[in-house]
Amino acid sequence: MQARVKALETLLTEKGLIDPAAIDAIVETYETKVGPRNGARVVAKAWSDPDFADWLKRDATAAIASLGFTGRQGEHMRAVFNTAETHNLVVCTLCSCYPWSVLGLPPVWYKAPAYRSRAVIDPRGVLAEFGLVLPEEKKIRVWDSTAELRYLVIPERPEGTEGMDETALAGLVSRDAMIGTAIAGSSKISAAGSPEAL
Amino acid sequence: MNGPHDLGGQMGFGPVAPEMNEPYFHADWEKRALGITISCGAFGAWTIDESRHARENIPPADYLSASYYEIWIRGVETLLERHGFVTRQELLSGRKLQEGAVPKRVLKAEMVPAALAKGGPCDRPVEAAPLFATGERVKTKNFNPATHTRLPRYARAKLGVVEAVQGFFVFPDDNAHGKGENPQWLYTIVFDGGEIWGEGADPSLTVSIDAWESYLEPV
Repeated sequence: MQARVKALETLLTEKGLIDPAAIDAIVETYETKVGPRNGARVVAKAWSDPDFADWLKRDATAAIASLGFTGRQGEHMRAVFNTAETHNLVVCTLCSCYPWSVLGLPPVWYKAPAYRSRAVIDPRGVLAEFGLVLPEEKKIRVWDSTAELRYLVIPERPEGTEGMDETALAGLVSRDAMIGTAIAGSSKISAAGSPEAL
Repeated sequence: MNGPHDLGGQMGFGPVAPEMNEPYFHADWEKRALGITISCGAFGAWTIDESRHARENIPPADYLSASYYEIWIRGVETLLERHGFVTRQELLSGRKLQEGAVPKRVLKAEMVPAALAKGGPCDRPVEAAPLFATGERVKTKNFNPATHTRLPRYARAKLGVVEAVQGFFVFPDDNAHGKGENPQWLYTIVFDGGEIWGEGADPSLTVSIDAWESYLEPV
């Protein structure tokens, strides 16, 4: 693919159709500026500020935009809140729809057939592969992103975090917790998607 | 269409393989593939729906053995050729052989921040009252078009409940094929796991999709 993509870029540049510097700028944006720290800030604010959490429930697009997180693949946002009764899990069975504006580019597993095929039929099995074994009584709600709405899971706030400020709270929120393949504040699974890991 | 992309409920792909400390890109060509795809999308020559359809039309054996950015490159090559920007010969040779179509715009580096920040909202002004209300039971249609649709196979001819009326959105089944945006109401429809997967389904499971109004029938 290296040669095929290089040939395509050369051809399109020669034809004046693309600007290689624009590609550099796009890559830089998604490597350094837009990533899961954005989403973690949304979650931390929702945990700390009931008014913001309420706004997030009613109009996630506007609430998230108020923190400066807007744009491509985040044009229409919906926040779904984990509760004691229900755990939320997000997938796109048809392609790879994912909330870029709050989580950045998706990981390979999110785009791969194993996750896209099984998340809707065997979510408990999928979660177990992430090291997350939920109690039997916990209901699982899967959101298949079949339109342009992009879902952000708001995990439950971990116990014992009452005194923490928003910055510290955001550090407990991994990317995977905001997809639903992890819970917040669990060191066991944070390695697969912690802010530090990215 | 019933293409290789419509993966919900298919079996045999093995376990999910999370990668520790996964990088955003696994090779330099993946970075260029992302940038080329976004840059070509900025031409304004095709819609996101047409680009999805170009990817789902990749033959199943190729689609399922391709990495994600390879699927993107195969899709964008199809679109560039279809819309007259490049010829097959040019794609094969990697060199300009003739003049081609002229795009509405070429994405320059200085335009990137604004273009990414703007995105492509696809909600539209409301033109009609919604046919269905929150809490109403509905049935998804059973159809198998050869054209683009965003109603997954596993969720066809199933009974569900309208959980939310989301707004008035561009209709991909038309927009993918140059038939206009023809926006419709979009609903979140929730199904019990048992309605979709039948015997042996996880009793605690509910699955929702976002469905355009014309995918739905009253019960």
